[in-house]
Amino acid sequence: MAASSSPADLSAALVLQPVAALDWLVILPVAWCISIGAILMMIRHKGVAQPLVAIAGLAVLVLLDAALLWHVAQGGPVTMVMGRWLPPFGIAFTVDLTGALFALTSAVVALVGAAAAIDDVNASGRRYGFYPFLLLLMAGVSGAFLTGDVFNLYVWFEVLLISSFGLLVLGGEREQIDGAVKYGFLNLVATTLFLITTGYLYGIFGTLNMADIAAKAPGLQAQAPLVTLTALYLLAFSMKAAAFPVNFWLPASYHTPRIVVSALFAGLLTKVGIYALIRVGVMLFPAEIEQLSLALAIVAALTMLTGSLGALAQNDTRRLLGYLVISGIGAMLAGIAIGGPEAIGGVIFYALHSMLVMTALYLAAGLAARLSGDFSLGPAGGLYRHYLLFTALSLMLFFSVSGLPPFSGFWPKVMLVKAAIDGGVSWLAAILLLSGFLTTIATGRVFLLSYWRPADAPAAAVPQPLAFTALLPLLVLTALSILIGLLPETLLNLVQQAASTLSEPSAYLNSVFPAGGAS
Amino acid sequence: MKSLIFRTITPVITSVMMLFSIFVLLRGHNEPGGGFIGGLIAVAALSIYGIAFGGETVRRAIVFHPLSIAGAGLLLATLSGLLSMVFHVPFMTGLWVYPVVFGEEIPLSSVMTFDIGVYLVVVGAVTSIALSLEERGED
Repeated sequence: MAASSSPADLSAALVLQPVAALDWLVILPVAWCISIGAILMMIRHKGVAQPLVAIAGLAVLVLLDAALLWHVAQGGPVTMVMGRWLPPFGIAFTVDLTGALFALTSAVVALVGAAAAIDDVNASGRRYGFYPFLLLLMAGVSGAFLTGDVFNLYVWFEVLLISSFGLLVLGGEREQIDGAVKYGFLNLVATTLFLITTGYLYGIFGTLNMADIAAKAPGLQAQAPLVTLTALYLLAFSMKAAAFPVNFWLPASYHTPRIVVSALFAGLLTKVGIYALIRVGVMLFPAEIEQLSLALAIVAALTMLTGSLGALAQNDTRRLLGYLVISGIGAMLAGIAIGGPEAIGGVIFYALHSMLVMTALYLAAGLAARLSGDFSLGPAGGLYRHYLLFTALSLMLFFSVSGLPPFSGFWPKVMLVKAAIDGGVSWLAAILLLSGFLTTIATGRVFLLSYWRPADAPAAAVPQPLAFTALLPLLVLTALSILIGLLPETLLNLVQQAASTLSEPSAYLNSVFPAGGAS
Repeated sequence: MKSLIFRTITPVITSVMMLFSIFVLLRGHNEPGGGFIGGLIAVAALSIYGIAFGGETVRRAIVFHPLSIAGAGLLLATLSGLLSMVFHVPFMTGLWVYPVVFGEEIPLSSVMTFDIGVYLVVVGAVTSIALSLEERGED
């Protein structure tokens, strides 16, 4: 079975050396998710088999992503070019440490979400295709983290967007449709802006390969409007990530779907926006993002403050958590605005922490609502009395999201504040700390009102049994947060390496163009 | 639809369109055509059939649930890409065989199976939409 029998010189157009088996890890997470999603679509009516296949599939995905991370940590960035064409003409999947770390964390979140969904998604939700949508969402998320091509990044955004529409309207209730319309419209605007900007990018560079762009960008600064291009990307990805002036879609939609869907969205979707911002802003256009850094810092500060103040004002735990997601996004944007390997390392660390902890918090809110019967802070209360372990887990998560030691939220905040002070933007460091303080008050308020304070109506105080399996997803995520908080060295080293590869992408470039020079 | 002329002519039109959709699918490698447009032609054929005889008849005629067809197509397309793993070439590389049947060389490739996968995805997904619209209209 020869690929071709023509006498032409193929080495000018094709990758001729055989692909090492381990390099397949670059594409396997995506191909695997699509395959399992397709199988789940075919067994849509088998309600019992669905979660089993999905959870087994996601467990394998975690292993694949872990192997990929190991492979990248050992040998540097890995590239595979689709269809054997040479880059930049073939679509490249290039994975560096940043992509691999994000992919692994997202897979863990999805696995936990799938397990939590056994309880939360009922038979009709399964028939409407919760699990196939989840797997296809993961295909989109993994693809976005692993691709090395700007247009391909756009395609994966579309894949995850369409799956997220499906997940949002799962119940088909009026409120959910309302939330989905707001979410869908604003995200479509952002995606269209992304596409238009990519059109400009192609017009300027004549290439969509990220490594090629990164190599050509410094030479084009004098002739091409690269700052405008970067500003447009910044706007598009800020909408995705829910940054301050363009974040109203998030509080309007994240409280409507099933809680496990909210948890997955809070963990995954906004972080894809942050990832895209890191990839395009920090790796492709570092000089241009530097010029925009003051604007970005102001946006970040406002995002942090509106997020944490909004959280203080809410009475519904789901809405409150939505604002905490926004506040975290502000902290990550602050890191991008500060710039430099240390701050970017903080951003990556913060994003990984936020994926785990925000998902856990939404799951905790779901459990709390199931136990007390309501999402609002008013009538709920007294959870502490009957559910000690659950209360302890929730308290740890509250500390973690507020950035208190010894949990995972502490280290990225330290890195960001230190980078801000070192970079001479002390006011941003002050706002980072202030927003952490406000978050502490907001989560403390939740803890006081729903957990600590005795319930208003003691008549309803017959405790429902809380199965250990229902707590397990929460337990896993909280344990990860504690583990990262207590033993941060490995992860700290990884994110520092990831950040330095982003700031100095020669290893990334070499992986795509082994000869050393761009085309 | 209760028109006798329409009902009489529909099976003929549908079968010709189905054949044409497969022709367009297979022609797609070197000339205009391919899985996507072929799939849309097939959906048009099924839609005409559905307008004439109702959505339930179409569901019976295609045996499998439309979304299962789409899932099978997605799986086929992905597996066509993964086949490259066996031959140590990158994902989605076109692989060819040239079996000779009755003295005639027939080029078969993973590109073609990928395109058939696309065809099935389009047929399944768009038929599913068309059928639910059609059945919603009858309520």
